[in-house]
Amino acid sequence: MAEMLYQRDIYGVTLVELGRQDSNIVVLDADLSGSTRTNLFAKEFPGRFFNFGVAEQNMMATAGGLASCGKTVFASTFAIFASGRAWDQVRNTVCYNNFAVKIVASHAGITVGPDGASHQALEDIALMRAIVNMNIIVPCDGPQTREAVLAAAKYPGPFYIRIGRPKVPTIEEKGEFQLGKAQVLTEGSDIAIIACGIMVNEALLAARSLLEKGIKARVINIHTIKPLDSQAVIEAARKTKGIIVCEEHTIVGGLASAVDEVVAENYPTKVMRVGIRNRFGQSGEPAQLMREYNLTAKDIEKTAEAIIK
Amino acid sequence: MTNYIDNQIKELESKARGIRRLIIQMLSEAGSGHPGGSLSATDLITCLYFGRHNDGRPILRHKPEDPSWPDRDRFHMSKGHCCPLWYAVLAESGYFPQKELMNLRKLGCMLQGHPDRRTPGVDVASGSLGQGLSVSLGMALAAKIDKKDYRVYCLIGDGETQEGNIWEGAMALAHYKCDNVCAMLDYNGFQIDGKIKDIMNIEPVVNKWQAFGWHTIEINGHNIKEILLALKEAMEVKGKPTIIIAHTIKGKGVSFMENVVDFHGRAPTKEEAGKALKELSEHG
Repeated sequence: MAEMLYQRDIYGVTLVELGRQDSNIVVLDADLSGSTRTNLFAKEFPGRFFNFGVAEQNMMATAGGLASCGKTVFASTFAIFASGRAWDQVRNTVCYNNFAVKIVASHAGITVGPDGASHQALEDIALMRAIVNMNIIVPCDGPQTREAVLAAAKYPGPFYIRIGRPKVPTIEEKGEFQLGKAQVLTEGSDIAIIACGIMVNEALLAARSLLEKGIKARVINIHTIKPLDSQAVIEAARKTKGIIVCEEHTIVGGLASAVDEVVAENYPTKVMRVGIRNRFGQSGEPAQLMREYNLTAKDIEKTAEAIIK
Repeated sequence: MTNYIDNQIKELESKARGIRRLIIQMLSEAGSGHPGGSLSATDLITCLYFGRHNDGRPILRHKPEDPSWPDRDRFHMSKGHCCPLWYAVLAESGYFPQKELMNLRKLGCMLQGHPDRRTPGVDVASGSLGQGLSVSLGMALAAKIDKKDYRVYCLIGDGETQEGNIWEGAMALAHYKCDNVCAMLDYNGFQIDGKIKDIMNIEPVVNKWQAFGWHTIEINGHNIKEILLALKEAMEVKGKPTIIIAHTIKGKGVSFMENVVDFHGRAPTKEEAGKALKELSEHG
């Protein structure tokens, strides 16, 4: 059994690690520091942590002000508020100025679970992807969360890192993490399955099951959605009979759209999307919701078979 | 002793007239932009950039020849549409040649229609209203972390205080006891659609800011002496941020623009500019 980790636990610990190395790191939160785990940093570095209460717009614009004075700022809250509530501040004060503000948004996607639709960010990748200068990473597991946070701290400019609420299985043998570089997890020439976040594990499960039926899948983890590894996408299009893109996000504007754009311009092929189709979320346990919204390995498998047929 | 203040009134009045002339010239040349609020805040910003303390030091600590000097006081224009005023003041301070002003709003220019970091002297872009107090908070917190004594000045508009983000920032600046922040409210009473009190009343202004934990100073925003005294008082306040609530006249200095809402966002024609410049001449 794979190790199960909370990405936000890893985020909290990594922030502390960064804080010890670099006195320029400042961390902000908007009344969710227990949930996002920025409270670990707050405890060790109270002089470099600021809580904004329930005021995400203020937090993002303040992050810009801090960054204008040379700080590397990590700002955290739930994905729904980080991307939606404060979008204008993120666009105009963070990204337009190209400031070193790293938004680490937790509780993204449908797997927020029982809190229901108001708290389930299904559009955040689309919202962030449209903004100039923004970089986006959706790490697939605990260890990759650490690598994403370290990369964001190191590279200049704004970042949006999307992590979830529940524990996620660690994906073994991913190879080295490089910002903007996709990870090919399995080789296969029948079908390509491109995924991010928790959908990477579903993709691998689907690939295993497909293999039993004689279908070889090329599973690709695209952790960096912006800038996108276009070469990896074109290669997937060229080497297989079709692509399935899987994300815990609306099928509009996210990873699937990013892949579509590259494929359409460079190597047109069939692209199918496993994601949420024009529906809001609802209350339920994460596993139930994954089934209800057709986000499981089984759904990927069915889609693969439809392409191969 | 306020002799040092009395001694600079004439010079600052003359400086402000010059800034107003530049605003008219650049807007007329650009053919679009916002004269009303630029002219109403001219005396405030002129005093901030060109006024002096008792010992001769400038009120705003800055080095035009080194715009990113880490110890500089920060100025942020939250009501970004009034950047013609800021650009004129920056040019007059020596951040860039005055002839740049005539390229305002033109393709590829350094002086964008709203403040942008490509302009020397502009630290943070603005234009989408309501974010400036938060930006100032970030600058003020950075000063605290770095144990620096620079101050942060922020110009906000009256219509702008209808934005919720203003009050989030106001609450947080008081919470974090940012006595290194001085906001200036250009209270000219007008917004694009009409009089503030008709569109969306913001009164009682003084009570609101006091309730949010701020030190308030209410002044006539065209009286140089009152402005200089307010800036001095703000520096002496401990434990809370200060807001200078400056009662001003939209379009101040040009008779046919004063309190005329049309000139919020319309540039003067060549003919109007000529008339305005005549009124703003040294002997006008």
